[in-house]
Amino acid sequence: MKNNSKPVTGYPSSKGEETMERGETVITVRNLVKKFGSFVANDNLTFEVYRGEIFGFLGANGAGKTTAIRILSGLLQPTSGEVRVAGFDAWKESEMIKKHIGYMCQKFSLYEDLTVKENIQLYGGIYGMSDELIKERTEALLEKLRFTEYKDRLISGLPLGFRQKLAFAVAVLHQPEIVFLDEPTGGVDPITRRQFWEMIYETADSGITVFVTTHYMDEAEYCDRVSIMSEGRIVALDTPENLKKQFNTESIEEVFISIARPGKSSINLLNINQ
Amino acid sequence: MKRFLGFVKKEFIHIFRDYRTLIILFGIPAVQILVFGFVVSTDIKDAGVAILDLSRDETTQKLTDKILSSGFFRKTGELLNYNDIDRIFKKGNTKAVIIFEKDLGSRLFREGTASVNIIADGSEPNVATLVSNYISAIISDFNREMNKTLLSSSPVVQPEVRMYFNPSLKSHFMFVPGVITLIMILICALMTSVTITREKEFGTMEVLLVSPLKPSQIILGKVAPYFLLSFINIITILILSWFVFGLPVRGSLILLLLETMLYIMMSLTLGILISTVSKTMQQAIFISAIGMMLPTILLSGFIFPIENMPKVYDYFSSILPPRYFIVIIKNIMIKGTGLQYVWKETLIIALMTLIFMALSIKKFSLRLQQ
Repeated sequence: MKNNSKPVTGYPSSKGEETMERGETVITVRNLVKKFGSFVANDNLTFEVYRGEIFGFLGANGAGKTTAIRILSGLLQPTSGEVRVAGFDAWKESEMIKKHIGYMCQKFSLYEDLTVKENIQLYGGIYGMSDELIKERTEALLEKLRFTEYKDRLISGLPLGFRQKLAFAVAVLHQPEIVFLDEPTGGVDPITRRQFWEMIYETADSGITVFVTTHYMDEAEYCDRVSIMSEGRIVALDTPENLKKQFNTESIEEVFISIARPGKSSINLLNINQ
Repeated sequence: MKRFLGFVKKEFIHIFRDYRTLIILFGIPAVQILVFGFVVSTDIKDAGVAILDLSRDETTQKLTDKILSSGFFRKTGELLNYNDIDRIFKKGNTKAVIIFEKDLGSRLFREGTASVNIIADGSEPNVATLVSNYISAIISDFNREMNKTLLSSSPVVQPEVRMYFNPSLKSHFMFVPGVITLIMILICALMTSVTITREKEFGTMEVLLVSPLKPSQIILGKVAPYFLLSFINIITILILSWFVFGLPVRGSLILLLLETMLYIMMSLTLGILISTVSKTMQQAIFISAIGMMLPTILLSGFIFPIENMPKVYDYFSSILPPRYFIVIIKNIMIKGTGLQYVWKETLIIALMTLIFMALSIKKFSLRLQQ
């Protein structure tokens, strides 16, 4: 956990070693338990996430990733334990948490019958940004994505990769402290996936912490730190490098397989909390 | 507040960009009113009658003229003998045959009584009943006139029926309030349940819930545009039914509009409730369209009087909000009564609104916990 190494080569990262020093803590989770009836979705989770890092959350379906992300984003109340996000307590200050985070879920999250510009304006407005600020950031964002000519096009007429990038840009439009990405690259082609990760790096560089769940194991390699969940528990948490060393494997995928091997009871619990 | 307004604006964009929504919202109500008003009519107009006049004297001529000039009937033929009756009914456009017995006129003067035989086409029972009632009414009117002119010495008790509030028994008086009741609940519940389940289905609801918007703001923001549009809708319907059918609002227009707002609110909360129990848009459409249309048409007293239903149906219909609104709207529009006659029904609808609201909130927070 101490040694934050550079993301795996082959993918862009502008992060220098000096910025990789452990920053201040933006997410603190201690002994988090979430039960649905007698089913324990999150079993005694404890971890910390630091400012500006890309924190990967891995696990099979039903391992408890989505439940955890929902608790962290203020959608669910924990059953017990301490959860602090962006300096606010999830028990008492979930409204404050919501103002300081961004969120993008696995399903597509823009309105198809609204134009690019209208979508940006809508979310900017929902997060309480002023009109001038929205206008300014909209222009910058469209410029950066080279979307300016499409700003009055309906989302429904745009390709999926396009939308996904826009959805991410919208999720960080209000410059939150943390952005939660719940399987953001599902169903996206490899090239867009690569561009998407470039955006993630840029975002992290600008000081926004990125909390991302994924089940693409290659994506796990691009994270600063990775936690692997199984049966509601965190079974491994470290940098990809260290994890590979620890499990003596070539890739995170192999790490994952050696931990969450089929045949364990976790498989029987698949989809229960979906 | 600014967050909220931006959200409401987005909802309006959804509505105005989707022509299907617009059609459902504005097209269907207008069409329904016109269709129900004109087509589903229980009034008699130009019903075909044939005359078999075996007497052919002044009295039967007068009687025939009276019947045909009433505006309800048109002559489809003059028959010569009884054998023609079967033939003319089979041709189809004759609803009744009126038979004047032989020597009707002279018998009437000599004996003081004579008979007219009405044979109606029983294959259409409703029309047959109406036609024979209308003809009987015209004949008794004729009797009264005869008695006056003859200064008949024998006093007869003559019932004189007057239809209060609706002298000419126009069926629009029954259908327009009924249709307003039906389409308002249908459209409001359908629209809100669909628009909310759509956000769920597309995954945008989750993003909204994570945003600083409160769940109550989200729901309110989604419902507010429909409240406004439904209200405009009801005003359009009232104007339409006034100009096309001459249907008056005899009572207080303000009261009617207030009651309508309450009813729209009830329907919207019902729509929210439906959206909390349905996972997909199809499900929402199914529950709100099919699940509500039939009971409303059949059991709310819209067409079939509740008094005539078996007790079980009566009890069932008492949980249907339209049952109460029909009473309210008929009272205010047609009888011109005030709140003192409909406060009970108003209270029930208000109570239902609260119940639906409470259930939705409970269901909604329950869903969030899963």
